[in-house]
Amino acid sequence: MALDISQNSNVDQLVRERVDALITQRFNELVAQRIADAFKKDPAQNKMAIIASKGTLDMAYPPLILASAAAAMGEEVEIFFTFYGLNIVRKGGAKHLQIAPIANPAMPVPLPNILGMLPGMTPMATWMMKTQFFAKHHVAPIEDLLQECMDLGVKFIACQMTMDVMGIKASDLIDGVEVGGAATFIDFANQAHVSLFI
Amino acid sequence: MAATYQIDKTVDAKGQTCPMPVVMLAKAIKDLKPGQVLAVYATDPGAKKDIPAWANKTGNTLLETVEEPGLLTFYIKKA
Repeated sequence: MALDISQNSNVDQLVRERVDALITQRFNELVAQRIADAFKKDPAQNKMAIIASKGTLDMAYPPLILASAAAAMGEEVEIFFTFYGLNIVRKGGAKHLQIAPIANPAMPVPLPNILGMLPGMTPMATWMMKTQFFAKHHVAPIEDLLQECMDLGVKFIACQMTMDVMGIKASDLIDGVEVGGAATFIDFANQAHVSLFI
Repeated sequence: MAATYQIDKTVDAKGQTCPMPVVMLAKAIKDLKPGQVLAVYATDPGAKKDIPAWANKTGNTLLETVEEPGLLTFYIKKA
């Protein structure tokens, strides 16, 4: 759009409008470029926050498998162990995790509840899951996954409040677990692109 | 048949299931220098997608995937 300078008194006005239009257009381009670059470098894309709240054998796997896979992909991962999830990080806790067949219709081998409540059924279901389900298909046991996570730099945090409620002391936990509260977790989760409640 | 690469390290993840193939790969590639090539052997069918996803996320190059009955071989070049 060329300038029409036949009317001198308007030149100033026309120049101003032209420069405005050009600057706005260029500025918008530059800002869009900067935003696109910033998103590519977004540190939140590299963080994963997981809450592990369950203490049965089957539910101990998801947080540890996801955490170790994410850490293997270069992500910064924190697992917040709370409520029954604390059993996973107690000293000796990992090998005593169990699964009860009673009222658990999702069990791989469904069992009528009236049988599931008999003494010995929970240890048997646990043994079956450990050997026939996991070991047979070469899935690492929980203790090994805990070690892999720690080797890869996954941070373990134990929930102070539920520790107090369940009477667990910091010395009852395996080495390498820090103690924190909800705010500790939320602070990290705020920066994480992926936050999971398990 | 795969092109021949100069293999600087191998990772034997045969018989291992998720997440072990990528976990073993991540640990093994730490000691390599940029440009070196690592071969991963795996039997886990999930690895077929996991290893490329790992390479994409970490910025390393998946040179080639070789699928044979019962064995997957991945050639990875460290970025």
